[in-house]
Amino acid sequence: MNGAVHMAEQIPLVDYLVLGDSPHLVANECTSCGARFFDHRSACASCSGTEFTKVDVGTEGTLRTFTIVSMAAPGIDVPFVPGIVDCDGTSAKGNIVNTPADPEHIKLGMKVRLTTFPIGTDAEGTEAIGFGFEPMEVQ
Amino acid sequence: MAEAVWILGINMTKFGKYPDRDVIDLASEATLAALKDAGITMKDVGILAYGNLMGQTSGQILQKQIGQTGIPVFNVANACATGATALRTAIMAVKAGEVDFGLAVGVEKLAGAGLLAGGTVGAASDVWEPKGRFGAVTPIDGRVGTETMPGVFAQIGQEYGYRHHVEADFELFAKISEKNHFHSTLNPLASYQKAMSLEQIMGDVMIAYPNTRPMCSANCDGAAAAVVVSDAKLKTLSLEQQRRAVKVSASILTSDPYQEACQVLPDVNTLTRAAAISAYEQAGVGPSDLDLVELHDCFATAELVHYDNLMLCEEGGAVDFFKSGATWRDGSTPVNVSGGLESKGHPIAATGIANVWEVCHHLRGEAGDRQIEGAKVGLAHVIGLGSACGVHILEKSAA
Repeated sequence: MNGAVHMAEQIPLVDYLVLGDSPHLVANECTSCGARFFDHRSACASCSGTEFTKVDVGTEGTLRTFTIVSMAAPGIDVPFVPGIVDCDGTSAKGNIVNTPADPEHIKLGMKVRLTTFPIGTDAEGTEAIGFGFEPMEVQ
Repeated sequence: MAEAVWILGINMTKFGKYPDRDVIDLASEATLAALKDAGITMKDVGILAYGNLMGQTSGQILQKQIGQTGIPVFNVANACATGATALRTAIMAVKAGEVDFGLAVGVEKLAGAGLLAGGTVGAASDVWEPKGRFGAVTPIDGRVGTETMPGVFAQIGQEYGYRHHVEADFELFAKISEKNHFHSTLNPLASYQKAMSLEQIMGDVMIAYPNTRPMCSANCDGAAAAVVVSDAKLKTLSLEQQRRAVKVSASILTSDPYQEACQVLPDVNTLTRAAAISAYEQAGVGPSDLDLVELHDCFATAELVHYDNLMLCEEGGAVDFFKSGATWRDGSTPVNVSGGLESKGHPIAATGIANVWEVCHHLRGEAGDRQIEGAKVGLAHVIGLGSACGVHILEKSAA
């Protein structure tokens, strides 16, 4: 450690992750039916509406399902724990992190919260920030 | 109600490894055998619907080996429902009155293919640059969930337990796999015909919890083909052809309707239930009338949810239904007596015709050692992620 504090420039892993003091996910919400989507939209899959507004998605939620991947494409570190988190009615996909990757520690229905972490730095010194969900209570 | 359509001839190759034969060799074998089974030739066929999802061959290439008759060819792709889509296409042409005989073929060479899907978002570059519909700076498979099929379907199975507050645990899913591997011992056309104990299944290599390797569909090579005929034409054929013909009481294809969460985890439930409801209505039969079911057990975790989606049990009751023994071959609703995709194998585009072949085999009373005695009605189901669902209800001929 050289002690120098260098605040590297940061970029989120995906464009629906907002960094800053209180990192959170944002969704495109259909103004006519309220359906929410994380990706860039052409129109609404629910009602075919074309007007969307950005909404913040809650950072705490309930783990609806998960798996523990032990075998993946080359270059992907295993094991990891993909899950679907119900954030106040908006389902988000993400890995469950900061807990051992085993079924004793990962439980359906457990409360989790969004967390962010660096995933690497590119050739220009920009740091990419990823996200996951961590248990709110130690299991 | 449009006039009935019948399966006149049908065949599947043995599923397994064919290092010395190509996709068209396998497709030709199944097609020629299906035509022979039907008692017709390529000259009689009015339409060909062909599926080969991964191999990029076409029905026209197949015709160059078995008969270039100039008929329209529909090359179809619908993920793992490709075979059912080909069959549905041929049935629609007959139903529309455009042709007397339709031919559907599905074929795949997948032996040794390993994990399907995943890691497909593209390679990372030297400089972070947002790309694609999520503005991702690097491939997200593994960073934001998983794209691989064992992991996706593991979540689908686990979600069932959570949604219905039932204990759908590792051991339960492994027992489903134990059933299908046991069933496969009676199917000489299955890739693997080996019974496996619960301990062997649970102790095997973990792919994506709770799916171990034997709980995943087996990648293999294989082909299946079916000849369909109109009701009017069938009446002009021999009594033997009429006796062996199997009635297509329902032929349904659905896609996934929107609902919350369906774009973060594929929802295989909505479209399967919708297909089942339509199929039962079209066929005028109910789940309790089914003598056997071949459903899309691409993973052990998938089989459980489809008991419910196909309404073989009460809503939320799939765990108890399985535990009752209902889905073993001596149970009230035998499921996957072929061994299912976990042991019979899953040569993707062939699967949606091969499961129809299995049902027809029983309805014709030709299934040998694994015959479900007195089978009169059966259902074949497939799911292709993305998603597409095919359901066919088949009935024994009254002739």
